[in-house]
Amino acid sequence: MGVVTFVSHDGEKHEAPLDEGQSLMQIAVDNMVPGIDGDCGGEAACGTCHVIVDAHWSDTVGLSEPVEEEMLSMNPERQPTSRLSCQMRVSQEWDGLIVQLPEFQM
Amino acid sequence: MTNGTAIVVGASHAGAQLAASLRQEGWDGEVVLLGDEATLPYQRPPLSKAYLAGKSTLQELTIRKAEFYAKQQIQLVDARVESIDRARGRVVLEGGRTLPYDKLALCTGGRARRLTIPGADLSGVHYLRTFADVEQIRESSQLGRRAVIIGGGYIGLETAASLHALGLDVTVVEAAERVLERVTAPEVSAFYERIHRDAGVTIHTGAVVEALSGEDRVRGVRLADGDELAADLVIVGIGIEPNTELAAAAGLLVDDGVVIDDHARTSDHDIVAAGDCASHLMGRYGRRIRLESVPSAGEQAKVAAATLCGNDRTIRALPWFWSDQYEVKLQIAGLNTGYDEVVLSGDPISDRDFSCFYLRAGELIAADCVNRPRDFVFSKRTIAQGLPVDRAELLTAGAT
Repeated sequence: MGVVTFVSHDGEKHEAPLDEGQSLMQIAVDNMVPGIDGDCGGEAACGTCHVIVDAHWSDTVGLSEPVEEEMLSMNPERQPTSRLSCQMRVSQEWDGLIVQLPEFQM
Repeated sequence: MTNGTAIVVGASHAGAQLAASLRQEGWDGEVVLLGDEATLPYQRPPLSKAYLAGKSTLQELTIRKAEFYAKQQIQLVDARVESIDRARGRVVLEGGRTLPYDKLALCTGGRARRLTIPGADLSGVHYLRTFADVEQIRESSQLGRRAVIIGGGYIGLETAASLHALGLDVTVVEAAERVLERVTAPEVSAFYERIHRDAGVTIHTGAVVEALSGEDRVRGVRLADGDELAADLVIVGIGIEPNTELAAAAGLLVDDGVVIDDHARTSDHDIVAAGDCASHLMGRYGRRIRLESVPSAGEQAKVAAATLCGNDRTIRALPWFWSDQYEVKLQIAGLNTGYDEVVLSGDPISDRDFSCFYLRAGELIAADCVNRPRDFVFSKRTIAQGLPVDRAELLTAGAT
């Protein structure tokens, strides 16, 4: 089992075991990563699981899908590699993935 | 160990979050989470949506896996609480067992309001609040195709869309003159009546149900005007009632819900409450409100956990809600109570996406955004931060 790292806005690192097939949001929630709320349970309805994918990883995990874009486009902390982590289905190739968290969730 | 034992009564959204947040806030004593559904805490909103329509499994509804509770040393106990003995600091479980607590959290939620008309206890009459309710509805739906839904609120309408997706003939009966009357503007109600009718669902408004007929199993729904609708199953969605009896019997202040302050504290310093059972004096609205909302339950739970750990947090988030029916996603920011003007962006009579902005004295207080996530995000931020907004801005907020 691999590992994914969530880096909070103030630089604190939270590592979590990579659980293949789960959403990245679920992994964060299961590991109590502060700063990921997932209020709507993964419906892309709330925008509280926003992560910014490390630039090196963007090609591997892909850019935001249209449903995410709708929620992210009005977000002032939005970056080119921003994603809603509830829409990111984790695969084994993501071992070592690093994502940044915004200062505020929606 | 310095914190002692925290007992959380109720293991749905609020309770599960509160127990987890206790660990996050540094509670180093025992955490006991009491639930009466014999399942891991699960997401309730999909029950009337994707889960009923057969598009997701119970496992996918689970909020956190069993390993989480083990790792965080949160004891999940399947039990019902019979009473709270505040003087001795303990809860009494059904069967007489007692559990001592140092701090107590009430996350007892609500229960589906029951019909009290003749025939209400026939088999084939269902409510929709729990996983077990949905299992029964599914079984019932194998026995006949005609479903009558009593109540044109969000639960009733979501259930109508989901049962329609399962291939049933669905009729919705609403006593008020329009669906969603209590919560939205007439334009939004008209939109939802249209999309349901377009899908082939029959909607009767201004229709009061007088009795349910049938021998053992429900066969029909009799309306006050004498009409009788044939039914193989009936689903009642007429709101919930908060589970406040435990709190009231223990002498805690109850006003519709268990009264809590900005820190989620009840009238007893050692007891907090959160979720559908709690009534909070919301500064933003200047009155006490009992919200039935998963995001609010989550926030109140986080604040309640912080309070029990001696950390200072306050309940302040803007309430918001969502509803899925067919391919239409509604996101609601804020509460529209007291609005004096509506601004429409898009046309609810012909479009499948539009927003209805609610203003009071020129200020944006709420928005119903139909397939318009950008409008929702804009509205949520604008309302939460109290930013000024002009009408032209509302019409272009969701433009790409």
